[in-house]
Amino acid sequence: MLCGGCGHREGLNIMEFSELIKLLGIVIVIVGFILKLEPILIILLGLTVTAIVSLMDPITLLSAIGSSFVSNRNMAIFILILLVTGTMERNGLKESAAKLIGKVKGASPGKIIGAYGIMRGFFAMFNVSFGGVAGFVRPVIMPMAIGAIEAKGDVPNEEHVEKIKGMSSGMENTAWFFWQVLFITGSGNLLVQQTLAGLGFEVELFALVRQVIPVSIFAMVWAIIYYNLVDRAQRKKHYGSGADAPKN
Amino acid sequence: MRIFEGFINPVTFFSNPEIATSAKLLEIMFIIMGLVCIHSAIRNLTDKENKSPVGSCIFWGVLGIVLMFGRFLPSALSGVLIVIMTLPPIFKRVKAGRAEVPSEEYTKKKAEQIGLKIFIPAFSIGVSAIFFALVVPSLGALVGVGVGVVISAVTLIALNHDNKPKVFLGDSRRMLDVIGPLCMLPMLLASLGAVFTAAGVGDVIAELVAPLIPDGNMTIGIIVYALGMVLFTMIMGNAFAAITVMTVGIGYPFVLALGADPVVIGMLALTVGFCGTLMTPMAANFNIVPVAMLDIKDKYAVIKNQLAIAVPVMLFQIILMIIFS
Repeated sequence: MLCGGCGHREGLNIMEFSELIKLLGIVIVIVGFILKLEPILIILLGLTVTAIVSLMDPITLLSAIGSSFVSNRNMAIFILILLVTGTMERNGLKESAAKLIGKVKGASPGKIIGAYGIMRGFFAMFNVSFGGVAGFVRPVIMPMAIGAIEAKGDVPNEEHVEKIKGMSSGMENTAWFFWQVLFITGSGNLLVQQTLAGLGFEVELFALVRQVIPVSIFAMVWAIIYYNLVDRAQRKKHYGSGADAPKN
Repeated sequence: MRIFEGFINPVTFFSNPEIATSAKLLEIMFIIMGLVCIHSAIRNLTDKENKSPVGSCIFWGVLGIVLMFGRFLPSALSGVLIVIMTLPPIFKRVKAGRAEVPSEEYTKKKAEQIGLKIFIPAFSIGVSAIFFALVVPSLGALVGVGVGVVISAVTLIALNHDNKPKVFLGDSRRMLDVIGPLCMLPMLLASLGAVFTAAGVGDVIAELVAPLIPDGNMTIGIIVYALGMVLFTMIMGNAFAAITVMTVGIGYPFVLALGADPVVIGMLALTVGFCGTLMTPMAANFNIVPVAMLDIKDKYAVIKNQLAIAVPVMLFQIILMIIFS
């Protein structure tokens, strides 16, 4: 809105109600998620309200929903992958993963959490999970970490155990978030690709993956270092200063 | 009715030499995915243990139809189908049926027999996807996933002859039931973003935020965009929802329109959003549910243990965005 010599910023003050009201859809989405309404309902409301306030006719809205959903069908690729995921579980995927991490012997809780992070991240790159906190951290990682304390002849301290629980969950999330994006057709990558396409930028999936590699490595390395520092401080605090020295 | 105008004949599509082979192969993959959903729909409808057989059947069935025939249907008709599909989850009428969970003895026995070889089918999909992306780019990563799934299934059959097609179908239905309708969230959010863009929502936000961002200063634009991603993700509890809104409103007008590399900006905006996910109780699945599962006393213990990770990783990414854009 350029008006003679007064510059385009002037547009802000005289921005019309019909323009501002277009934000109603966004407001609904934000408030809806804050209120923890059913996410699919929020999206449908956001779509409908945006269409109404921008005076779209119903057929145009339905066409927009239909054509964008159809062009986003790539993002449903996980359904094809599910065709084998369940059967892999049936054939002992989780048990084999537990056996694999069980090979980490004589390590401190911090190192066990680190090893889990590496394994979780590595498998996330291939879109493979084996149970998360409920299915793996609780039944496999926690007993290993507690066992590591007991193996040194110490009684696990409550504060330390609480820390280990928190850090294992933190490692679970960090590894999964920042390494699942290395799976080339992950839903995050596809969402970014589609969002950019909607704005007129065509990008390759592989280019997106390549861009995120330093972030994945930084997040993993930093999480391992940080959690090991915390674990070491905890062991020093609760089991005496010799906790980190090898017992041989 | 305009809704019923614009059908495309599948035969014309598949026999048109001008349409790329990859597009045709993808369409075949969508048909298979649709069949997987429709199988799930029928099984749930006839399942006496499913508390909402009709709702579950409508959701998975309509999804299957749109996946299979979306390319050939008029857009408005697909839109109507999508709206119908969203109704059962909105009224909480999509439920899991009888789960054919393999017994612990069975998985243990198989783990002993198959051992680490189970990782061959597990890795084959990712390897195949990357292989196609790099070596056969004309077909692309998605076709690579399709080929990988075939390799994976064949390997599973070779490793254990119990794995018959019926087992794969039963297991995929169990997995679909477990993840439920929320698996459609990223797709629906992408549609929402498209409608926001079409309605000009981004222009309005851009006009509002303009006074905060000096003209043409891409660095400040990147910082506002990245911090906005973190903040919105924390408020909404979902980085996927945040990126839809933020990219249209801030990322495009203040960063991308100034000529920044969309690959860097788009991708890192998502992962910077993940730092927000690490810091918010709104992302209950990741940060609050584990507290209960592990019997942790402090409700915010997971978040507290993630703060010192989220903040440095966030700063690292903002720096990367500024340097490489």
